[in-house]
Amino acid sequence: MALLNVTSPHAHGPLSTATVMQLVLLATVPGIAALVWIFGAGVLVNLAISAAVSLACEAAILKVRGRPVGFYLKDYSALVTAILLGIALPPYAPWWVVAIGACFAIGVAKQLYGGLGYNPFNPAMAAYVVLLISLPVQMTQWGAPFSNPAMGLGDALASNLFGSVDAVTSATPLDALKQGIGEAGQTFGSLGGFGWEWINLAFLAGGLYLLWRGIFTWHAPISMLIALAVMAFLFPNEAQGRIHSVLFHLFSGATMFGAFFIITDPVSSATTPRGKIVFGALIGVLIYAIRHWGNYPDAVAFAVMLLNLAAPFIDQYTQPRTFGHRGARS
Amino acid sequence: MSSPSYSELTLNGLWKNNPALVQLLGLCPLLAVTGSVVNALGLGLATIFVLTLSNSAVSLIRHFVTDAIRLPAFVMIIASFTACIELLMKAYAYELYQILGIFIPLIVTNCSILGRADAFACKNPVLPAAYDGLIMGMGFALVLVVIGGLREVIGSATLFDNMQLLFGAGAESWKIVLSEDYPGFLVAILPPGAFLVVGFIIAAKNVVDAELKRRADARREKPVPGAQRARVTGHIS
Repeated sequence: MALLNVTSPHAHGPLSTATVMQLVLLATVPGIAALVWIFGAGVLVNLAISAAVSLACEAAILKVRGRPVGFYLKDYSALVTAILLGIALPPYAPWWVVAIGACFAIGVAKQLYGGLGYNPFNPAMAAYVVLLISLPVQMTQWGAPFSNPAMGLGDALASNLFGSVDAVTSATPLDALKQGIGEAGQTFGSLGGFGWEWINLAFLAGGLYLLWRGIFTWHAPISMLIALAVMAFLFPNEAQGRIHSVLFHLFSGATMFGAFFIITDPVSSATTPRGKIVFGALIGVLIYAIRHWGNYPDAVAFAVMLLNLAAPFIDQYTQPRTFGHRGARS
Repeated sequence: MSSPSYSELTLNGLWKNNPALVQLLGLCPLLAVTGSVVNALGLGLATIFVLTLSNSAVSLIRHFVTDAIRLPAFVMIIASFTACIELLMKAYAYELYQILGIFIPLIVTNCSILGRADAFACKNPVLPAAYDGLIMGMGFALVLVVIGGLREVIGSATLFDNMQLLFGAGAESWKIVLSEDYPGFLVAILPPGAFLVVGFIIAAKNVVDAELKRRADARREKPVPGAQRARVTGHIS
């Protein structure tokens, strides 16, 4: 009987990078399903283009950098970035918008900083912000909820690639709120934005699954949602009451997607438990501040990028106490 | 100390010790006003003017200014020439002056100008100092124009737009439109675009340098296998 001389620790976590990424991909499925149900097949076309360009870009840059291509492609991190970006983009955006975003996310925001684990910004959100400030027209044309599901995959493909099929677009609920247009039942649903409440519930479900599997801790998402809710309660929209304001902001736009899939990125967010609470809460406050007083209808990407920059600073001041020591840094 | 040769100065200013790409000095105007070729060229020419004249003047007074007060003296000289170029631009290119705005007076605080005064001009005779100023200014202006061109092309698919601001009405037709229905890529014209483009240009320069070094190493004679190293001490003469 061969006895392997194995040193501690003897308990191994079954979670490798690839497993974690696969679980995250799995958890996006309900959200993607809700998006397809409400906005039609354009979402799938976006995801496909984003994934193809991201993987090609990742492979090309890894090759130039002289890194093992297969090894890094198999950790699924590029695919996760691609899917998160594809979800964030408007469903009927032209194909080149998606392609530029994917190239920027992987090429600049991830690989130029040194690849997985070295990126200070969330790649998907960096690409989203670049696209949003560069191509405001293409980036703000969201499909109207429940108006385009009749379009098959072929029509959606034609719309994205050639612009030959017109998709019906409308202001998003957050945009309508900002501009003071929109009416109950059409723009505002019973919980959040019309249509968007289901998307947010679906992402909430996926996020709770990841939380249950222990992919991330509760600190960042919960503190972000609480901060957003408190802000919405303190400074409600004129058109809605306090309680309705809170529900509306929790279940509109990218709130749940951001809370469970973006700010929980282990690389670019704060890492200490107390740090995660501060990180999430500040993002929640910023999201509401920009939504309510700023120029943009939604603000998850901006808030996340700003706090990504502050994450090392937050970590510095929230280091946990070492066991047996009185102060944190003694 | 003997002055370096003119060809050495040229190579240093334009490539090996380029103020914008290697010394990374004067980045404030470099990043702020390079949204288009005409802005970049305007600031580049102003910088060449100030740098050449300030280097010459600093070199002229180098024997009369003690070390302790040299920096205030240099800044006074640079400020005077900057005031000159500001007045000149107000007179002959007023619209461009308005676009460049605060960045013309800010040439006074451009570190690359003070840097050349302190590192080169105050230790060298007038002619090499003036030449160094001219070449360093050209190296700086060249990078400005390249960045301006790239940002203009990426941001709005035009090149040499608004050149009449610098070269009179005849230059209006210089504008090249690369694509009529380009949607515009705003980030290239905004400040982040400047950082990105500068980063890519520096990276490209480093790639070229690495390749040149590799070739130089390949050309160098390799030691013959089995050869023995000779040890030489002292010097012959």
